[in-house]
Amino acid sequence: MHRVKVRVVEDALDANTTIADANRADFDRANVAVVNLMSAPGAGKTTLLEAVLGPGMDGVRAGVLEGDVAGSLDADRLAHLHIPVVQLNTDGGFGGECHLDANMVRSALPALDLEALDLLIVENVGNLVCPAEFKIGEDARIMVASVAEGQDKPLKYPLMFRACELVVVNKIDLLEHVRFDLDKFRYYLDQVHPDVHVITTSAYTGEGVDELRDWLAAVPARERRTAGAAV
Amino acid sequence: MHELSVAGAIVDTVVRAAEGRHVSAVRLRVGHLRQVVPDSLAFYLEIVSRETVCEGAAFEQVAVEAWLRCRGCEESWQVTEAAFRCPACAGSDVEVLSGEELEVESIEVEENAACTA
Repeated sequence: MHRVKVRVVEDALDANTTIADANRADFDRANVAVVNLMSAPGAGKTTLLEAVLGPGMDGVRAGVLEGDVAGSLDADRLAHLHIPVVQLNTDGGFGGECHLDANMVRSALPALDLEALDLLIVENVGNLVCPAEFKIGEDARIMVASVAEGQDKPLKYPLMFRACELVVVNKIDLLEHVRFDLDKFRYYLDQVHPDVHVITTSAYTGEGVDELRDWLAAVPARERRTAGAAV
Repeated sequence: MHELSVAGAIVDTVVRAAEGRHVSAVRLRVGHLRQVVPDSLAFYLEIVSRETVCEGAAFEQVAVEAWLRCRGCEESWQVTEAAFRCPACAGSDVEVLSGEELEVESIEVEENAACTA
């Protein structure tokens, strides 16, 4: 027996990226744009989805893939919207994964009729770190931060705040009750992710919800344009 | 915090590369921007590698500095804290030169001497 050094030079996330690429190819074939919705637990992702998807999106057929460690509480909450909702639980493995990875999303695809969708919103497991590492084959990523979490979050979780195209500042109706300086938040965010688009929302009062719906509704057309340009 | 997920991805990569051979050492390159806490990663690597071909392997973590470059003015700089706007021209069109690595660079495997005639 002797020891041999083997050069590998492989990114540890390559295996995930390969599956994410396969997901992306399936999504492209079905002409469905995919948005990865990420946040800390309790930032209001599901309530926002209820507010955004409730009135329906003009001409855009939306569906939701709900990622949670356990249970179907979030999917149940969206059931009244009468859109395709699939629950994906991550507790099958090592004590319950804290994020969705490409393979988990892939395993849920048979339950979704992609052809019947223009937009699939994947609500990731609430977590401010791991979801940033694992691509799932999405076209766009949204990071939701609530004012109750504190203004310094971009500086503490730069990985997450850099890995998105849109930052939604939610629960803006609580601004008067919490010590959250929106200007400071924007300043910190700008240091971490200069020029990233920001929408402020309150799922309760409805502030900013139309703007977020418009942003989401524009993703499929934007992706088709990009895909068309690439051919 | 995400070191467990990262450790899992690393061990999967090492196991694939080892092709069934026992692994005695692993050399990793970990970029500063990945926000990995070395001690925490080491802790999880030890746990996740149990009952795999890399159980008991020595995992060496080589830290890679984060360097950015501004596409606007060509300035490049090392990032030590969360500051991704160009310090020279305040531009936002910035590319990452290094610091995003999460790479299995090499492994040391045990082979039967007969194989290397």
